Order: sequence, then structure tokens, then C-alpha cells
Amino acid sequence: MKLTADEQAMLSGEAGPARQWAIEHQIAVGDYFDAADFVPVSQAHIMADTESLGPSGVAWLETLAGQLEGQRGVVIPTITDPRGLDLETYRRLGQTDAMADLEVRASNAFQALGVMMTNTCINYQTVLPAVRGEHLAMGDTGVTIYVNSVMGAHSNFEGGPSALAAGLTGRTPRYGYHLKERRKGTQHFEVGFTPRDLADWGALGGIIGRAANGYWEVPVITGLDCNPDSDQLKHMGAAMASFGSTALFHVPGLTPEAATLAEAFQGARSPKPFAVGAAELEQFYGSYAQPGEKVDVVVFAAPQLSIIELQHVASLLDGRHVHKDTTLIVATSPENKSAADRMGFTARIEGAGGIVASGVCFYQSYAREMAEANGWHRLLTNSAKLINIIGGYGYQPSLASTEACVEGAIAGRMR
Amino acid sequence: MPVELKCHKGIGPTVTGEALVAEDNFSARYDLNRLEGTFSRPAHKLHGLSYVGRILVLETAKGGVASAWMLREMAERGMGPLAILFNDTNTILAQGAAFANLAMVDRFEKGRPTRLIRTGDRLRVAPAEGRVTILDRD
Repeated sequence: MKLTADEQAMLSGEAGPARQWAIEHQIAVGDYFDAADFVPVSQAHIMADTESLGPSGVAWLETLAGQLEGQRGVVIPTITDPRGLDLETYRRLGQTDAMADLEVRASNAFQALGVMMTNTCINYQTVLPAVRGEHLAMGDTGVTIYVNSVMGAHSNFEGGPSALAAGLTGRTPRYGYHLKERRKGTQHFEVGFTPRDLADWGALGGIIGRAANGYWEVPVITGLDCNPDSDQLKHMGAAMASFGSTALFHVPGLTPEAATLAEAFQGARSPKPFAVGAAELEQFYGSYAQPGEKVDVVVFAAPQLSIIELQHVASLLDGRHVHKDTTLIVATSPENKSAADRMGFTARIEGAGGIVASGVCFYQSYAREMAEANGWHRLLTNSAKLINIIGGYGYQPSLASTEACVEGAIAGRMR
Repeated sequence: MPVELKCHKGIGPTVTGEALVAEDNFSARYDLNRLEGTFSRPAHKLHGLSYVGRILVLETAKGGVASAWMLREMAERGMGPLAILFNDTNTILAQGAAFANLAMVDRFEKGRPTRLIRTGDRLRVAPAEGRVTILDRD
């Protein structure tokens, strides 16, 4: 990689060991993907829940945080993805004090590095929306696909160490979705139904992601006969990224880099479209269906809920009560939790027997240990992303509309 | 007679070990029970099998960003794979390999490694050379 004088200085250790580690790591990754040089980034977003870090990862962070002041701090606004647990709710969810201790240690280390603990995977809704053409180092697949596709910003999936490295150096290797030629559509999907609930939008993203099947594919989606809102695109993108490792999609006429179909493919001939119709949607739901079975846990998360989603869930629970053998969990960002407290949504959800957790997103929160502690197995959610993830943690998940999830929580059974 | 496979220059040290191959994808978060060292996602083609100390040969990387931390954490507990070979990978697994100093290569010249390599093959993986050698192929 071609390095500037500043980058050479970091590599030689003149800016301290933290920045030296960071740029060495970035050069290894940049070489792997044939990056010619670095590109400055305006913001970094770190996924670093303690379940992923483990004790050794937290100890590594603490070593970095123990460097000299002036040599350890991030140099651009650097924020965090959801954490491993919420200190207010962890006991109710069967998480342990040891997990909480690890979480506090990690949080303290990040703060010593100057990282802002935003603890959110919906920072594009709640912290600072990206701008078209902005280069970023976003560390959550759902965030990356949203800022790339809906906002026209430029980011790769940046794993925790790489996002932290970007925070420490203020740059990232110029490869992948920082390059215009990589942003060209590679596949065409023609949608033949109108998604209604957020679960439908997630299912659509899941179907496209599964078919796209790889980080370097860029789906172009036509046929949507409606104007989706931010939450709908959030669920579609998060599921597409989860099922397909997809980081960018275009919707001609809607997303900023695709005014037309031709522009989505950067002037190249568009490939034969792959039809996604009502039958594919039904099959997607059907593959996870468990009619009549008991529901252990109902989860609204992945991504965290917007204030509008929180209001919707609260309204569906008004005057109702969650079944005594079922747990209902809602996960949102600290900012939205505070707003939900202020607006009374938290009281309405918890008054009906639910739990509103802040700064977490369920699957990043020791999901296996929670299942064992609470005897959970069958999970109901409106998040297609969560459906894709949680099977590996020993759960049997089902996908349903937001309303059907609430009904399942009340009845304690799947419809 | 050894069979040499050229690939893109990779990450991590040269290693020798036994292949575990599947025409399936990989995410440390989605697919593994990292405490037991096994593939735990029921739908995965390697479900129930141990990956510890094996050279995984898979199609592509899937899922979220957690694998970037997890590969190092698994290695430090002695519960990681020895190397991972992909047809092509995403950024997360490459970043995770760099953080963990785990051997990883992809982009093979002769096609998909999941078709070129069989479970049980003894492999020498040399990321710096962009080369994988099947040591015991007839």
C-alpha cells in the first residue's frame, strides 16, 4: 500500500504503540484486498459486545487503554454497537454478575480510548445520519448496508478490531465499497408482492440475501410498488446483510446511486431478473413455522427498535398481559429508551409484562446462556435477521408479523 | 504426489494440517458452539462436527461482524481452527484473521477449493506465497 508521511510515522511507532498496532492491522487487511492506499473516514462504529470479545478480548482492550494519554485516543468520532448486556435488566434475563463485570471493564476501556458508548445498531436513525459520498468505518452489517444503500455513503463491513483501528488512525484501506466500480449492481431481483409488516420486509431481504450469497454481490431491486420508510428498509437491509453478507443494494428510483435501472448497473446491461413473488415469501415463513407450539420468548430486536416501533408495540400491548410462561423482550438504543421512558412507552410495555432493554440487541447478549438460564427454546420474532442468527444458539425460531408476535406473547403459543 | 493450488496472497502463518470441507458458508457467531468447538447451526453441513485444529475449507463468509473478534478469542483458548480457506471471503473474516494471526487464503486460480480439496486431505497452507499444497493426493 502507498503510505503518506503520517501513515509511515504511525507504522514506525512515532505515534505510540496503539496507533502502530492499528495501522499494521489495517495494512494486513488492505494488502489482502489489494488496497492501493488509505482513505480518510469521518466516523467509526465498533461492534464489541463482551460475548464476542471474551475475557481475552477485554484484557487486550485494557492493554490498549493503558497506553499513555495522548497516544491512545481515537482521532475521529468513534461510537459503539449494542453491548453484551444492559446493567438495568440483566438479572431479569438470567445473565450473570460475571458477565456484567466484564461489560463494565470493556466499557471503561473504550471510554479511556475516547470512544462514545452509543450502544446502538441504528445510529443512522439516532446518532448522525450519513451523507452521500461520505467515507465511514461502520461496524455492524445492518448499519453498513443501510448507510451504503439508503444514504449513498461508503463503508465496508468493519469488524470490531478494524473499526477501532480506523478510530485510532482516522482512515481505512481503500478497497471494496470505497471504490465506485465495486458499487455497480451485479444481480437483478424483481419483487412481485407488496411487503406489509416489518417481518415481510425482513423476509424479502432474507430471500434476496440468501440468493445473492456473498459480500461482493450488489442486488438491484425492482418491482416494489410502494415507498418504504426507514424502519422498513432497516429490516430489509439488516436481513439481506445477515443472510447474504450483502453490504450494498440499489432500488432504482429510490436509493441515491440509482435514479434508473441503467444507473444502478453503471451503464452495463442488466442481468436477467430473479423473480421474488408471494410464493417465495410464503415458503420463507413456512420454513420456520411451528403452528400451535408453546412460545418461550418473544423478541423485538435486531435491529434495535425506533421510537415509532416502540410506540407500535406499546399500543398493541395496551390492556393486555403477556402469558405467565412467556417472556417478551424489546431492545432499543439508550437514546430511544430514554425517549420511551419519557413518553410512557416503557411503562406501557412493562406494565403488560414485557421487558424493555437498553443498549443491547438480544443475540449479542449471551443468547445461549440466557436460553439455558431461562429454559427458552422456541422463539417468536418479527426480525428475519434474528431468525437467521439465533438457530446457532440453540433456539427454534419462528417469524411472524409484529401483531402476531404480540398475540403469541399473550397466548403463550404460536398461531 | 502433492498437488499445488495457487491462490491470492493471504494472511497469517504457514501451517500444515487436516482439511474439513463443506460446500457451505461460515460465520463464527451464527454457526458455531465456540465453547464446545463444534458446528452448532442445525442447517450447516458440518453440524455436530469439531472444527478445532482443522483446516476449514468453505465457500464464503456469512453473517455478522462478530467473527472479527471471535477468531482470536477462540485461538487464545486453544479452540480455534488451524486455518480457513474460502472460495472468496468477506471483509470481516479477513480482518478477524489479521487480528488473530490465523492462516486464511481465498481466490483460488483453479476454481472453488471446496471442489478441489476433500475432507481428510493433509494440507500445507502458505498464505505469504499464495499457495496451498495437498500433500497426500494420489
